[in-house]
Amino acid sequence: MPVSLVQRFNLVLAVYVALAIGAAYGLPFLRIAPNRLLSGEPVYLSDVLQQQGSPLVFALVVAIFALICIAVWQPKRRITQALVSLAMAAGLAGLWLLAGQSANFATQAENPLTRTALGAGFWTMAAMTWMIALDAIDRLQLTTLRRLLLQSALLLPLLLSLNEGQHLSIAKEYATQSDIFGPAILRHLQIVFLAVIPALVVGLLLASRMTRARHLRQALFPVLNVIQTIPSIALFGLLMAPLAWLAFQFPALGRAGISGVGMAPAVIALCLYALLPIVRSALAGLEQVPAEAVNAARAMGMSARQLFWQIELPLALPVLLIGLRTAVVQTTGLAAVSALVGAGGLGQIMFDGLFSAANELVILGVIPIVLLAILADTFFKVLSSMMSSHP
Amino acid sequence: MTIKFENICKFYDGAAAITDLNLHIQQGELLVLLGPSGSGKSTVLKMVNRMTSHDAGQIFFNGREINSFNIQDLRRRMGYAMQSVGLFPHRTVAHNIATVPKLLGWDAQRVQARVNELLKLLAMDPEQYASRYPHQLSGGQQQRVGVARALAADPDVLLMDEPFGALDPVTRAALQLALKKIHRATGKTILFVTHDIDEALLLATRIVLLNHGHIAQVGTPLELLQRPANDFVANFLGRSDLGLKQLSLRSITSHIKAIEGPEPSHTVAHTATLREAISQMATLHVSSLSVVDESGTVLGQVKAADLLEN
Repeated sequence: MPVSLVQRFNLVLAVYVALAIGAAYGLPFLRIAPNRLLSGEPVYLSDVLQQQGSPLVFALVVAIFALICIAVWQPKRRITQALVSLAMAAGLAGLWLLAGQSANFATQAENPLTRTALGAGFWTMAAMTWMIALDAIDRLQLTTLRRLLLQSALLLPLLLSLNEGQHLSIAKEYATQSDIFGPAILRHLQIVFLAVIPALVVGLLLASRMTRARHLRQALFPVLNVIQTIPSIALFGLLMAPLAWLAFQFPALGRAGISGVGMAPAVIALCLYALLPIVRSALAGLEQVPAEAVNAARAMGMSARQLFWQIELPLALPVLLIGLRTAVVQTTGLAAVSALVGAGGLGQIMFDGLFSAANELVILGVIPIVLLAILADTFFKVLSSMMSSHP
Repeated sequence: MTIKFENICKFYDGAAAITDLNLHIQQGELLVLLGPSGSGKSTVLKMVNRMTSHDAGQIFFNGREINSFNIQDLRRRMGYAMQSVGLFPHRTVAHNIATVPKLLGWDAQRVQARVNELLKLLAMDPEQYASRYPHQLSGGQQQRVGVARALAADPDVLLMDEPFGALDPVTRAALQLALKKIHRATGKTILFVTHDIDEALLLATRIVLLNHGHIAQVGTPLELLQRPANDFVANFLGRSDLGLKQLSLRSITSHIKAIEGPEPSHTVAHTATLREAISQMATLHVSSLSVVDESGTVLGQVKAADLLEN
């Protein structure tokens, strides 16, 4: 029976390990090029290990492999899962150290202009390592807050060893451009807030109207659904012309920073995208507010406003937060694309890298976007778990 | 505090739910609106705090037409309790009870004192229950909090819409007694809707029996039982045991006689109703009981033949 097989063994873990081993042999761990302009020669993990493998590294790899085999076979024991997550934290740092060592070696042995780029093998193995760690943490069955704390703690070894990779080309790229990241992150956050906060206000207003007016719901949801299907670049483009026309007709708007390019079309489009998840969850939240509580509140003399702020909104909040979380995470990702209409942000770094064929720069733009999205997601998860423990 | 209905009508989709209702409620009454389902008793109650509007006629609250009040002010002067309770699930017991006082802007100290006072009045220990959430309470406790919340701002009138309808018999009896005590202690005017005849007979100072949106009869419980105005009233109250119901409204006190001859072997409390005394005689196969007070002192005896005479 496949079901009992899945229950008994950790087949997910086996798949992760198989993929990681496949990546180790089939995909280049690094690419080493004589300078920035040339594309590099692939270097595989086996080459790297041969070059600097010591018996200690070899023994560690075997030990981790054995541990994972045990975890596949007997996933029920918590001590095994704890060890696996620790091993993965070490593994993540180990991959980075190995790559960093190779870069040091290449720089010293050949010439200082040598570029050592992280290859598909490295990224796949790092991703699998992280997935294995997450799977192990899930199986420890901790409370939300503890799970999140443990997850961030597992990144510590990697963060502490970041400096060891300074000769990798991604680190060099960062070193030459480090001053643009701070402003880009701030601009990115600014776009997200300017889009999500109006969407939240408008979404709540619309949802509370909809609980009373059925026809509004029937009219509005198709529109919001259609907006959601328009590709983001197309929506930015669609907004450029009318905004440019408005700014031309009313110079005051232009002086206020509204024009066909820049923040205005980006923020408006992202706000429209955020509306659907917010309206939908707000409506679902408001509809599950017990009718008798609303009745009692009205009978005790609450005004419509008091009813909304004191009864309906607090009771709808847990469901609303789910939609808000979706909206914030989605907007953080989509905001990257808005760099195309000149809104700036981390997307700008990503596209700069793309257009100058500097893959490391693309990755340097993407990593903070992903981290911001994860942070937002985590923030809302913690908020939700806190609310469910204190009703 | 008086409430006066004058020629009130209410229509639902053209059909009359209440027709030409006239009723004058006095200060301090515990007026029970009694009737079968669909008789319009809840509708009449909800008209008082304008949860339902009336289509014709006028309702006066303290002599002033209710539509001339600000609707929120009017409702804050009336306590409201209902069968589904409607406690706010995200607020503690104390916070729930404090709802109307807070709407009225009482200061925190006064609110807290009032909450504790009400919890004690409803036999709930403030220390144990004040900070609990509604889902941590039993059905009976929830309804106690519901009644406390309705009483919180010391309203002029208490409106209760089948408040004990969903409770088990034991809990219901306890809450009925609690309500009777509160009514006696505060002298509040209470409008109480129920379809349960025994509840009505137990609680009411006056009963309004409704049928299809008309008043079938108004009177004290005893008046309704002794002189039902028509067949509907007699049938609704239970024609076959009208007599027993009357007995349950009277105390044995006036029937106690001095003991002559041997003392009856079984006793009955002096607070018992005639119905309880006769029931006890039937169970024990005796025709007389000695009456004792709380301390066990024998006050005299009651005889079956005396009890059944008027």
